[in-house]
Amino acid sequence: MKSVYLDNNATTPVDPRVLDAMLPYFRENFGNAASRNHRYGWVAEEAVDNAREQVAKVINASSKEIIWTSGSTEGNNTAILGVARMYADKGKHLITCRIEHKAVIDPCKFLETQGYEVTWLEPDPTGRVSLEQVKQAMRDDTILVSLMFANNEVGTIHPIPEIGALCKQREIIFHTDATQAFGKVPIDVEAMGIDLLSLSAHKIYGPKGVGALYVRRKKPRVRLQPLIHGGGHERGMRSGTLNVPGIVGCGAAAEVAMNEMPTESVRIAGLRDRMWAGLSEHLTEISRNGNPQHCLPNTLNVSFLYVEGESLMMGFSDIAVSSGSACTSASLEPSYVLKGLGLGDDLAHSSIRFSLGRFTTEEEIDYTIKEVVKAVNHLRNMSPLYEMAQQGIDLSKVVWQHH
Amino acid sequence: MAYSDKVVDHYQNPRNVGSMDAALKNVGTGIVGAPECGDVMKLQIKVDENDRIVDAKFKTFGCGSAIASSSLATEWVKGRTLDEASQLKNTEIVTELALPPVKIHCSVLAEDAVRAAIADVKKKRGHTQPAATTVAANS
Repeated sequence: MKSVYLDNNATTPVDPRVLDAMLPYFRENFGNAASRNHRYGWVAEEAVDNAREQVAKVINASSKEIIWTSGSTEGNNTAILGVARMYADKGKHLITCRIEHKAVIDPCKFLETQGYEVTWLEPDPTGRVSLEQVKQAMRDDTILVSLMFANNEVGTIHPIPEIGALCKQREIIFHTDATQAFGKVPIDVEAMGIDLLSLSAHKIYGPKGVGALYVRRKKPRVRLQPLIHGGGHERGMRSGTLNVPGIVGCGAAAEVAMNEMPTESVRIAGLRDRMWAGLSEHLTEISRNGNPQHCLPNTLNVSFLYVEGESLMMGFSDIAVSSGSACTSASLEPSYVLKGLGLGDDLAHSSIRFSLGRFTTEEEIDYTIKEVVKAVNHLRNMSPLYEMAQQGIDLSKVVWQHH
Repeated sequence: MAYSDKVVDHYQNPRNVGSMDAALKNVGTGIVGAPECGDVMKLQIKVDENDRIVDAKFKTFGCGSAIASSSLATEWVKGRTLDEASQLKNTEIVTELALPPVKIHCSVLAEDAVRAAIADVKKKRGHTQPAATTVAANS
């Protein structure tokens, strides 16, 4: 079998249809969308407007509410810093969650050094925060709630519509980082009370380096201070010449995702469930991290007791996945998301995230099950922890010799 | 950073994986690391009456580099005396396995495991610690 890619939450291949849509904008239609006075500019501008419409449709927004960015990291920074600075006179308190992506956590941490206060909600062991938690955290000086639609590591989906309704009631701006959810599960910014939403093309079979930020214009009209100044593009919210081919790709990818979502999400969830069933059938002492009822259709995060994640990945090295193990991170810290769910370090080190995608086949899933089972058994045979557990030793009572 | 061939080799063709009876008088057992750190190595040596290591076994919970480091350590200590084996330096493991900087700590842990196993069997045999080279004030 050729190599298998099950790391779609990290990035996705560009769909051939998306690449086809983009190419003319590298070739003959190379104009700058801001060139108002000739055909080259008009063609580019039309393509960008069309892409805006394509993205807006996916979330039931108006195309006027779509701002182009370089991706979700920029979108999150723009939303969080932009709102914080614009509404500083109203208040300086924000609410977010411990297991957000760093692109939300780091701007919030930065704001803490600038005289803002942040309440960091703790998720439950499945990764969800409750409406009650958000309500308790709200104050008179709260200006923003930022909660990701779905978590990138374990796939858990927050109760977004309920939180959106609460924010509307309390007149607090609600931002959601929808990077992993956009195009995978239905999102309706009107029905769900969302005021700001970040998305990225490279998670939905589009190109890297481009994304969009939805900014509500009505009820309420959300304003934000731009991060980038220089010409006032994108209604003053994001200056800079537009990445026309990237934007065309983002729009095309959004449209394909929207059209295929009903069938694709069902198919992929079926494959994910098949994987979990297959692993459970052939292995003992594995556990699933996250929330099976409120989960992205493509994400499966599993801890394999007594074996470490990086060695596991080496064991099936032609299958691409990722792990929450410290050994796989440059900082040698285990996944803060898994720790945030209350997982012990040993379970965090033993975790693997499988994130399936549009091009994942049943054959690949069956092959992966086989290879994972083989690797887990090989490593358990080598594992002193497995040996101790088999002997009935309670590992939590052992005094380890740290070095 | 792709895995080095030697590291992969130790994973796919592990040498000396296994366990000895830790209760035996001529078996030394070293367990180092902790599950919270993502690295636990158990290294055991069987020693003859001349303090020569005649067999070594290991089990490791950890990344590929940790597995390879401990596997290599068991290969190297076999046939050496306890004193020779205690000279094993982690830098030799780093060189042999071409470990990148971020994985050097795996080799340090393997060195610790060897020392712990040696210390264990020495204790069982009633060896004193090597005398410190301090000279008594009045001698």
